[in-house]
Amino acid sequence: MHLAYPAVLAALLFSTGLYGVLARRNAILVLMSVELMLNAVNLNLVAFDVWLREELHTGQALALFTIAIAAAEIGIGLAIVLLVYRTRGTSDIDRLRDLREGAPDADGDDGPGSRPGDTAAVTSTTDSGRQTA
Amino acid sequence: MNLAAAGAHPGFLSPTGVEIVFVLVGLATLGAALVTVTTKQLVHAALWLVAALGGVAVEYLLLTAEFIAWVQVLIYVGSVVVLLLFGLMLTKAPIGPSPDADSGNRWIALGVAVVSAATLVTLVVDAFRTTWIDLSTSPKGSTRVTGEALFRGWVLPFEALSVLLLAALVGAIVLSRRGAPETDEAEPETKQEGQR
Amino acid sequence: MSTTTLAALVPLLPFLGAVAGLLTGRRAPGYAQPLAVLPTLLATAFAITVAVRQGGGEPLKAATELTPTGDAALTVELALHLDGFAVLVAVLVGVVASCVQLYSTGYLRDDPRYASYSAFVSLFTAAMLLVVYADDLIVLLVGWEVMGICSYFLVGHYWETQAARSAAVKAFLVTKLGDVPFLIGIFVLATEAGTFRISGITGKLTAQLAQFELSHPTVIALLLLAGIAGKSAQFPLNTWLPDAMAGPTPVSALIHAATMVAAGVYVVARLLPVFAASTAALVVLALIAAVTIVGSALCALAQDDIKRVLAYSTIGQLAYMAGALAVADRGAAVFHLLTHGAFKALLFLAAGVLIHAAGTNSLAAMARMGGLTKTAPDAYWTMTIGLLALAAVPPFSGFFSKEAVLGAAEHAAFAGAHGAGAAAGAAQATPAVGWIVLVAGMLGALLTAAYATRLWLLAFRGEGPRVSADEHGREPVVMNLVLWVLAVPSLALGLAFGVLPGWFDGESLAPTLVTSVLATGVALVGVLVTYAAWRHTTSLAAARAPMGAVAAHPQGDPALSEAEAIATHEPAYGDIASAPDPSDPGRLLLGPLHGTAAHGFRLDAAYSALLVRPTRAAARLVRFLDREVLDAYVRGAGHGPRLLGALVRRTQTGNTQTYLGALLVGSLLLTVAVVLVAAGTGGA
Repeated sequence: MHLAYPAVLAALLFSTGLYGVLARRNAILVLMSVELMLNAVNLNLVAFDVWLREELHTGQALALFTIAIAAAEIGIGLAIVLLVYRTRGTSDIDRLRDLREGAPDADGDDGPGSRPGDTAAVTSTTDSGRQTA
Repeated sequence: MNLAAAGAHPGFLSPTGVEIVFVLVGLATLGAALVTVTTKQLVHAALWLVAALGGVAVEYLLLTAEFIAWVQVLIYVGSVVVLLLFGLMLTKAPIGPSPDADSGNRWIALGVAVVSAATLVTLVVDAFRTTWIDLSTSPKGSTRVTGEALFRGWVLPFEALSVLLLAALVGAIVLSRRGAPETDEAEPETKQEGQR
Repeated sequence: MSTTTLAALVPLLPFLGAVAGLLTGRRAPGYAQPLAVLPTLLATAFAITVAVRQGGGEPLKAATELTPTGDAALTVELALHLDGFAVLVAVLVGVVASCVQLYSTGYLRDDPRYASYSAFVSLFTAAMLLVVYADDLIVLLVGWEVMGICSYFLVGHYWETQAARSAAVKAFLVTKLGDVPFLIGIFVLATEAGTFRISGITGKLTAQLAQFELSHPTVIALLLLAGIAGKSAQFPLNTWLPDAMAGPTPVSALIHAATMVAAGVYVVARLLPVFAASTAALVVLALIAAVTIVGSALCALAQDDIKRVLAYSTIGQLAYMAGALAVADRGAAVFHLLTHGAFKALLFLAAGVLIHAAGTNSLAAMARMGGLTKTAPDAYWTMTIGLLALAAVPPFSGFFSKEAVLGAAEHAAFAGAHGAGAAAGAAQATPAVGWIVLVAGMLGALLTAAYATRLWLLAFRGEGPRVSADEHGREPVVMNLVLWVLAVPSLALGLAFGVLPGWFDGESLAPTLVTSVLATGVALVGVLVTYAAWRHTTSLAAARAPMGAVAAHPQGDPALSEAEAIATHEPAYGDIASAPDPSDPGRLLLGPLHGTAAHGFRLDAAYSALLVRPTRAAARLVRFLDREVLDAYVRGAGHGPRLLGALVRRTQTGNTQTYLGALLVGSLLLTVAVVLVAAGTGGA
């Protein structure tokens, strides 16, 4: 088999994942796109391993490690997303803009999706969020 | 080696059966991936992701990497996607189409993605158009072969990786805990982590 | 104690007094008076002891190395050189400083800044004594510059008035203008002579065997002369002295009689062999002296402020000394320095009493005021003595010293005929120099007598409403006492002409018959002409328009009345120097010259046109270049990054995806570039 086939497929998958990372609004969808990119890389690793026929099977071993690390990454990533959702009431990436130039203050950008409750409730949850963080 | 062998191997115009299957599955995978990143329905995106990841698993099989293919199915399709679905539920993702699934960066993102795809494809094709993978000899990715390689050459990284996983586990628990008394929402999360 | 130890104590005591006064003045004002007076008195006593012990014999020398310089052979030494000149001038400085300190206790009795004032006077005295005793040029320069800074503080004592402030700055800057060439001159001289010791330099120059000659005597002498002209207020650097009258009267007395201005003449006397090595320098000195004698006397005739009259007379008398030095007779110069120190201190201090008594410093106002002789009888009598000495009327001290100067000039003028050697020995004063000094001196004698007479007539022969004694507070006894103390040497010091040659170079200081008769005659002519003019103008302006706003508190502190008088003179008369008084005999005598003479022959205006305005224009140009051209770059350097920063800040949207997009675009570009480069090299 031509090496070009898996390589091109991996490149296309990677670009697709790239588009998803850049274009999606929901943080979980962004995480999915990241998975796509990781899979593209894995595909490359496996294909090159098969092609090179190396004794240690470095490519396959690395692919396995990547899968494990990707699993860890998705766990941590989801935990962060959940935390953000809890404190901010949203998991939309383009609403999390506290670090922009001229932001009024840390809590000033609560979107319409903020959880019910008055300002005190919001600050208290923020505080608890900070404690857990 | 490759340059010397290049002339001996058939060109692109006379594909083998494996190649045809690979291309077809690859197209399906790419399509599923494209739907994943474009669909308006969040849950559908997760399901299309399953299709794409499964497609990749099939490609692994075609590349004679059996063990990796099954690991892919187990971990990605089995746990990661489930985890993502849990995440969607916990963040109260709407069922049904949500019109604002894509942010305003869509066109920029499209441009970047297309340019990068063009660059990468050009590069890859230019670099590997004459390279041939010989799949006919004994399978390179059987469980036995992979296991031997893993536990002979890669034991130390493997153990280090287990420590990393443990750290990630602890980190996920710490992050998803809210205050001490009210852990009702974080419980299933930690269970899920432990399961994996 | 040995004589040298005593001599070292003489400058040290006032210095310590000054330090103590400055340190304690604010916290313990009660100690200010003893701290000011006692060290000065003690130093005077020591100075007299030193003078008696030295006795005009061989010079005493003591030296210890102070600090090395870059040249191993050329070290700075703390050296004393006690010859007849030094010890006598030190006695003069000590006596005048003591009198001034005593007088100040009365004159500034209510002044809140008395402590710092008296400390600066002490420091001033210490610096002058250091200059007098020092044998090392660098040590001398230290004292010289300390005097400069002290004069700044003392002239600016009434710093609430604009005149005092500007006068202080002017005094400082003008003297510094001369000090820079002076410093360079010292370095050149020391480099050529191989030592900073004055005695070493003069010894080398006057030794017959060594055949030592300076390679650039004229340059050195002219450089030194610039500093001396600045310090001694000789033309063309004389303009600071009349303005320095804005200081308190005791300060004027101190500066004018014994210390600062005398330092210049004294240094020339010490370094006379250096000057004598250059005929050109002596000619320049003689010309300066001649111009200054005549010009300052004319100016003095036109002044309205009594202290400015005395200031111009000081310039003139210093020019006499400079003239004596130009004919290489330092004995005569220092003799005149001593007598002038005595009678000028007397005149100034008496003028201070008079200003307080009259409540004004304007002669025009005093001329409309009767009974000043009754109000201030001590000032009247002592001032008369001082003016007679100033006008060189025999047998007052000024007569003998001025005759010594004129005799020396005559001696030089007819040197070709007489064939006698000059005092300094190395060089012979040329007859031309002698003639210049002689003619100017004669003219000066006439004018000096004229302005002295005018001053006396206007101040004491005024007619008008009487100032009764009880209306003014009586002067403190100590002030009048000091006047009489100073009147004694003004009267009698001249008679020492027989003794002094033993202390000096041995040249006779006795008046010669021809010059005495001539000069006295000329002076009498001046007196008579001025008296006639005064009678004329007085009868002419019989119905005197009442003029003169006397603005002094009858019971006030003398210093306060003086400060007010200085501050009100310009608003009242429209000018700081002159008053539009038709009964002024000076106006009649000077005729059209009066206006310019009142302003020092517009020397300030000339300086302003020649130096100040171009400097200001250059400063404006530099300012323009700095503000508009240089700063444009600086501002641009600031604005550019700020603009860039604003642009970059706009990209900080907080949207992670745009950041990531930009990052990826960048890395893509890099990848493409790398690939292209690799392909390029691969192809090649």
